[in-house]
Order: sequence, then structure tokens, then C-alpha cells
Amino acid sequence: MTRLLTPGLLLASALALFAACLLGSTPLEASRVVAALAGGADAGDRIVVWSIRLPRALAAFCVGAALGLSGAALQGLLRNPLAEPGVLGVSATASMTATFALYYGLVAMNPWVLPVAAISGAILATALIALAAVRTTSVVTLILIGVGLASFAGAMMSLLMNLAPNPFSLSDMVNWMLGSVANRSFDDLLFSAPFLAGGCAILFASRRGLSALTLGDEAAGGIGLDLRRQRVLVVLGAGLATGGAVSLAGAIGFVGIIAPHIVRPWVDHDPARSLLPSAILAGLILVVADIGVRLMPTANELKLGVVAALVGAPAFVWIAMHRRTVVD
Amino acid sequence: MTELAVRALTVVRDGATLVDDASFRFRTGELVALLGPNGAGKTTLLRAALGLVPPAGGTATLAGDDTQRLSPRKRARQASYLPQLRPLAWPSPVRDVVALGRFSHGAALGRLGDADRRAVAGALESCGLAALADRATDTLSGGELARVHFARAFAAEAPLLIADEPVAALDPRHQHRVMELVRSFVDKGGGALVVLHDIGIAARFADRLLWMRGGRVVADGTPAETLSAERLAEVYGVRASVEGLRVQIEGSL
Repeated sequence: MTRLLTPGLLLASALALFAACLLGSTPLEASRVVAALAGGADAGDRIVVWSIRLPRALAAFCVGAALGLSGAALQGLLRNPLAEPGVLGVSATASMTATFALYYGLVAMNPWVLPVAAISGAILATALIALAAVRTTSVVTLILIGVGLASFAGAMMSLLMNLAPNPFSLSDMVNWMLGSVANRSFDDLLFSAPFLAGGCAILFASRRGLSALTLGDEAAGGIGLDLRRQRVLVVLGAGLATGGAVSLAGAIGFVGIIAPHIVRPWVDHDPARSLLPSAILAGLILVVADIGVRLMPTANELKLGVVAALVGAPAFVWIAMHRRTVVD
Repeated sequence: MTELAVRALTVVRDGATLVDDASFRFRTGELVALLGPNGAGKTTLLRAALGLVPPAGGTATLAGDDTQRLSPRKRARQASYLPQLRPLAWPSPVRDVVALGRFSHGAALGRLGDADRRAVAGALESCGLAALADRATDTLSGGELARVHFARAFAAEAPLLIADEPVAALDPRHQHRVMELVRSFVDKGGGALVVLHDIGIAARFADRLLWMRGGRVVADGTPAETLSAERLAEVYGVRASVEGLRVQIEGSL
């Protein structure tokens, strides 16, 4: 059963991506989607599939995968099932710098300003935490620094929204804070791809150390883990991957907590083995959630981040209340 | 032969001297008990000796290498370190926790090589855990969990074992069971340095006692040489009668 987990999730994700191309305001038949994917069919179908539905679905998958992977890795590092990019303040700081770019109208100058702002925010938060990780041996300290960063970023964003010069920039900022993959193109994807890929590669490279941390910091050091290097790798990897995700979709929470939580019992609770399936499952969840957002008959399309929080926040509380082992 | 040699080690933190000019040697083939009251600096001495905290002065060498400059992985190949027991982060199966002992050999959980498998199976067997190998660790008793940690230390196949209060929270039977595991590890050619609070157990199992008080090593020798009523009064501040290796503590001074 466990051996089938990753292939099964991959298959389900492929089906979900295909379904995302089928469904929408103008449903396409499977044969037309296949033809359009293969480069045939008529021009209209090709535009719908290649320029609208597929990039949007792939963006949802990549964002979910990056957040799921970051969440699983951070949970391993902090030995806490409630950790996720939000806990270290990385998502919040990335959103804050993106909001700055929106407020000062920098976004109008160049379409790349917004993604660059988000990624630089994530790297700023990451660098701060990496610096602290070299100086301290306490994981609790890292979490508290993350709480501080998140609170500061939240305050800054509220301030900017208070001062927003007109309703249009206010609505732009709100869009960004709520999180969405609507109207994403392959260009958007390509721009964040290096950050997503780099971050994910670093996290995978650190996975053996995550298993070791099951024993606690001191014992993990005792069996031969270089603690500082491990912390720097995970914080850097999670920072890059999360920055890339925020640049693509804004702040989407909780998927980084829920996917690893579902995966963990299937992989004997080993953080290392939970990484890949958590990433795929989180990607799958966001693709399916985004299909739901598109199909829901509401006047204004719901934001993906709002749906993620509506489902995710109660799950977060449930997981928190049912924790068995308490460490630190 | 592998030896941990500590020379004039001093550790200062926030202006307080936790370990003061401590020297000792410990090598394969002997079981050494480190004794001393709470706050005597036992844990700090072990950590500094292994290079886990920087000393203010002195040196520690493990198999000839300065432990401050030793990579964590190389250190783990020479000495297994069992810190005071802490709860595990996840309800992992016993077999996986024991397999983590192979970390310094490059093993990854779920993809163990033949040598790793053999070492894990041997360690499970020697600690009487074969029947519990697939149990989740959060369903085990304290005594069983202590044996799991020893099994992971033995799986590392390092010549030296350093354990900090491994029997502190165990019932008398499990205390003896764990110390018998340590004894048989030493009889098979290993070396063990164990922090203990039960002086009777220390005298019964150890080849040598290392007494600490106020950050200093105040005595180092066989139980017969160093165990006396005066020593217990000086180190622990207790009134005790000592007959051979039997200790009766009668009250505090």
C-alpha cells in the first residue's frame, strides 16, 4: 500500500490537471482537450487549453507542491506537525513586500516587479532566520522569530491598506493577500520556476537529516547530524520555495499543514519519506480546490486562498487539539 | 583501542564556570560511571568532551582527534552519545528509530543496505526488542523505550558509548536490565561512560567511578578505592555507611 502512495498520487494529479482543462465556463469534451494538448484542434480550443486552463492548473499544482514540501520539511525541522511556511513568517514577509510594490505603483512600471518583490521578501525573511539559526541552537527561538516577522508584516500590510490612495490599489492588495491563481500564464510560471525548483532541490537534499531530527536536536547531533547546516538548508530551501509560491499566487495558507498530516501515517511518520508525497498531495489539493473555485456559481469568483483557509483552518485546529506527543 | 582523553577541560557560560579544569581518560574495555550531585557539571563535561559545546580551556581528543574539530559524522563513528531521554517527535516504529543509529554510516530510512540491516537486526536482538520491532514508539513503556535508545546506540557500532542518566526514570528491574546491556557491550570489547545517580548500581556495574562536584573531578578510581562514607559526605552531602560495595544512605548532612 505504502509503495503505491506516490504513484497513486501522481496518477490522481495527472487526472486532476486533465480535468482542469475540461471544466470551466465553456466545458470542452475530452477529445477536444486531447487534440488541443497535442497541438491540433481549432485555434479557440488551443487558446483555452494552453493559455488559460493549463497554465492556471499547473500554477495551482506548483504552488501547492512548493507549500506542501516546505511544510513537510519545516515540520521535520521543528518537530512540530503545525509548522508551515507561515510559522516562520516567510509567506507573510513575501506578501508584505509584494503589497509595498502594489502600494507605490511600482507594479505598473514592469510586470516582473510584483514577483521580484515577493521573492525578495521571502529571501529577506529567510536570511534573517538563517542568521538566527547559525547563532542559536533552539528551535523555539526560530519559531518566535517567525511569529515576530509575521506580526510585523501583518501590521505593515494593514497600515498600507489604511493609507491606500484609491479603491483600485486597495482591491489589488486584497487580491494579493487572499491568494489566487486566476489568469496565470506560462511566463508567470517560468519566472518563479527557478526559485521553486532550487528550493525544492535543497529541501530534498536535506531529507536524511530530517529523519535524524526525530530523536531531538541533541540526540540527532549525537548520531552525526550537522545541526547548523541542516537548519540553514531547510530554512533556505523553504524560503526559496515559499517565495516562489507567493510570487505566483499570493498567500495561500494551511495546505502545507494538511498534506503532510495526511501523508505521515502512510510513511511510518518519517519526515524524509513524507516529503515527496506531501508535495504531490498538496499540489493535487490546490488543483482540485481551484477547479471548485472556477465551477462555483458565484457572482465574483472566490479566491483560492479563501477556500484553502475555510477548509484548512478548522483542520488546523483539529490537528492541534488531537496532538498526542508534545515536544518542546 | 579507542580512547576519549580529556585534559584540563574548562567550560564557562555566562560568567559561571560549569566545568573546572577536568581531566580523565576512558577507553574501550571499561565501564566508567560518572557520579555527582545535580549541577555538578556532568552533562556539560560530557558535551564539552564530545565537542558539542566549546570549552574555555583544555582539550578533548577522541581516538586522537580534537573533538572540537571533528565532524559530527566522524565523531558519531567513534562514540555513540545518548543524551538524557526526551520524547520522540513522531510515533515512529521501533525498527526505524534503531536504524537512525546507522545515520553516520550514511543509511537512509526505508532504504537500508545489507550491513545496516544486519546491524539493526543484531541490535534489536541484543536488546530483546525483536518482538517489538514494528511497534510504534509511543506505545512503549519507559523501560522498553530506554532499550530502544540503547539499541540505536549499539546499531551505530561505535567503539565507545556515552550515556547521560540512562536509568534515571526506570524501575529497579529495568535499571538492572539496561545496565546489563551496557555491561555486555563492554564485555564484547566496547567502552561505556554512564552518568548514574544510584551509587549502589554504579558500584555494582562499573569498573571505575569518576566523582564530580562543583565542576571539578574530585576522584577517579575503582569502586573499592574511591567509595567511602567520607567521599559520599564530601560529594553529595549525605550521611552514609559503606560496607564493601554496599551503600546505605542514612540522611542528608
